[in-house]
Amino acid sequence: MTKEEKQRLRKEKKQQKKNKEKKDDNASQESEKEKKSVSSSSSAPQPPTQPATQKGGSSCCSLKNVHDMVQKVTLILIFPVVKRLPEHIQVDNPDVLKKLAKKLERQQIPLRLDYGYKVSLFSHLHQYSRKAPLTQQLSIPSSVIHPAIVRLGLQYSQGIVAGSNARSVALLHAFKQVIRDYTTPPNEELSRDLVNKLKPYISFLNQCRPLSASMGNAIKYIKKEISNIPSQCKEEEAKGKLLNCIECYINEKIILAAKAIAKYAIEKISDGDVILVYGCSSLVNHILCEAFEKNRKFRVIVVDSRPRLEGREALRRLVQRGISCTYVLISAVSYILPEVSKVFLGAHALLANGYVMSRVGTSQIALVAKAFNVPVLVCCETYKFCERVQTDSFVSNELDDPDDLIVTRKGKTQLEDWQQVPLLGLLNLVYDVTPPDFVDLVITDLGMIPCTSVPVVLRVKNVDL
Amino acid sequence: MPGSDKETDLTERIEAFLSDLKRGGSGTGPLRGSAETARETTALLRRITAQARWSSAGDLMEIIRKEGRRMTAAQPSETTVGNMIRRVLKIIREEYARSRGSSEETDQQESLHKLLTSGGLSEENFRQHFAALKANVIEAINELLTELEGTTDNIAMQALEHIHSNEVIMTIGRSRTVEAFLKDAARKRKFHVIVAECAPFCQGHEMATSLSKAGIETTVITDAAIFAVMSRVNKVIIGTQTVLANGGLRAVNGTHTLALAAKHHSTPLIVCAPMFKLSPQVRREYTINNSNNHFVSSGEILSKVNVHCPVFDYVPPELITLFISNIGGHAPSYIYRLMSELYHPEDHEL
Repeated sequence: MTKEEKQRLRKEKKQQKKNKEKKDDNASQESEKEKKSVSSSSSAPQPPTQPATQKGGSSCCSLKNVHDMVQKVTLILIFPVVKRLPEHIQVDNPDVLKKLAKKLERQQIPLRLDYGYKVSLFSHLHQYSRKAPLTQQLSIPSSVIHPAIVRLGLQYSQGIVAGSNARSVALLHAFKQVIRDYTTPPNEELSRDLVNKLKPYISFLNQCRPLSASMGNAIKYIKKEISNIPSQCKEEEAKGKLLNCIECYINEKIILAAKAIAKYAIEKISDGDVILVYGCSSLVNHILCEAFEKNRKFRVIVVDSRPRLEGREALRRLVQRGISCTYVLISAVSYILPEVSKVFLGAHALLANGYVMSRVGTSQIALVAKAFNVPVLVCCETYKFCERVQTDSFVSNELDDPDDLIVTRKGKTQLEDWQQVPLLGLLNLVYDVTPPDFVDLVITDLGMIPCTSVPVVLRVKNVDL
Repeated sequence: MPGSDKETDLTERIEAFLSDLKRGGSGTGPLRGSAETARETTALLRRITAQARWSSAGDLMEIIRKEGRRMTAAQPSETTVGNMIRRVLKIIREEYARSRGSSEETDQQESLHKLLTSGGLSEENFRQHFAALKANVIEAINELLTELEGTTDNIAMQALEHIHSNEVIMTIGRSRTVEAFLKDAARKRKFHVIVAECAPFCQGHEMATSLSKAGIETTVITDAAIFAVMSRVNKVIIGTQTVLANGGLRAVNGTHTLALAAKHHSTPLIVCAPMFKLSPQVRREYTINNSNNHFVSSGEILSKVNVHCPVFDYVPPELITLFISNIGGHAPSYIYRLMSELYHPEDHEL
């Protein structure tokens, strides 16, 4: 009980702080406006209200009260959502790190430490080593975190489950397991308690590997569904409902979406095409396999890049179906592109300003394709659309283990002791953003849209919800 | 007999050089830099001039041409060999013309005026015998060798004109010229270098370790991240295998992508190339297919898949901002002029 009280007290304090901040904001905005009006009307007679200290709120004039309210209303209208910067792009801020450490301590989750020399341009991001997974610091059996989540976290951090669809589906299945094993403690409501139970799990998964945009959207959906459970609902019924919701989500947003996208995309594939794909996108592989089933005659060029070499997996899947393939590394793209008729790319997320966030190297392929006038088609389900905006690949990204770049060629491993060399850094980026002028078409389950229509789709989705 | 000894010695050396060239290209022998190849070729040509039997300039040119054809056939991708041969042929022509007493300018360009007024082919037989020709040619080749030895230093000396402090410079793969260039600038200025590793051979790693040991802050990135980091790069400085006559490049694969990314961000692309890399050849494709693979190892699908591994990229001259050579900086549009000064048009085809 005392924990609950403490939490409630903390929440109230936060609310009070927020209100105070808002008031201060208002006050400062008001004083700014007053100052502006005063400075503009230099020769005009002074307005009755003085730009005196506004803090405390004791205003004598009724005009000012109205002004105050108008300010507050406009503030709420203009900024309906108070956005907070996510922690994982503020690693260079020690206050944020302290807050994170405290939060993790409260939730009893170990803090993962950064590894290796970080390139100065990316000092605001985390960089972890794959050899030190978070689970080593957990006690077994873990009392705080559900074992399915522990397993999932380990799979994420070791790269066993990779790819944005795969990660989301795995996450949702793990949450289904969590819900099945959940029992409401006495004197608690399922809708509130379950959400609170999920918070440490999400922090743990975030520590194992930063959450992707698709996972973020899935979690938002689940939280919304949970909080919409009416309080008089019995536990079994509620759990059944939630499991059903999750199943529906997976079915609609991922499986059926893939079918719809394949249907649209197959219209764009004609006989005799030479299609270039990059890395291993489950959606693009699905499209190509479907097109091959429908007896379209085409051949595929798979472009791959170090250090992940995901293209080999795509190559394996396509060759097993019988599709004729060619394999090149990304440095050979300008050599092979004159033969190519279309480029199909997968996406990790589509940002609200039309930029496509995808595996590093995608923007490069789009650039070279544009230079050779080859059409670039991006395939993306709508649940990956994200409200963030970003213009370059630096501000928000993920840094993978730098030791992956080390390789042995001709018997010599040049970078073996890179940690000993003081001025040498290795950079292993995971994502990059492609500007919308390189992309000719985005194929989604809602149809074929240009890159710039992403915010329209987001708005439509929000209205629906 | 001393004469035949010399000859057999000479042929032995030529054969040894040819087999070295062949091995160097297939990747089994030691990888030698172009400067080394150029010096060895020139030294060999000097030896041929000194030891082979010839009576007139025409004979000498024939001998050199013959050997030259064999050398270029041994390793077609190593263009410095052909370039040096053409330089020496031009030296012979010049020395011959000087010995004959005719001034140099008249023999220079084919011009419409000359074609009309001379009325017929300017038939230069090169048949006249001059006693001092041998000594003159050998002296000129010695000058060429001195020039070759100083190329990297000459280029490195220009580094401070082009690099200022706190810059971020990007490069790809491994080029000894660029390495010397950057190390020379690092003695006086602090800047940051990003090296693209250039898979599959990953020569960028060697470059990065060498630069970081010289006190330059270096970062190694994968080829896939070139466009992603390009927005923070101030200059791109690369080396090349060959400079083509139109101002384009034949450089290590991945350079075209780098050049396109630099063009998109309006980042200047600077090529450090000594003059002996300038070649009158047209672009040609060079692919190797690695079967002993650090490249594709999963055996069962390998038979059903085509694997391409091009060694060089063609970079068109529109993407290049500046060439830095041992005789200074040039725009790509000026390269054709430099080429006409280095080689005689009749030597373009050996």
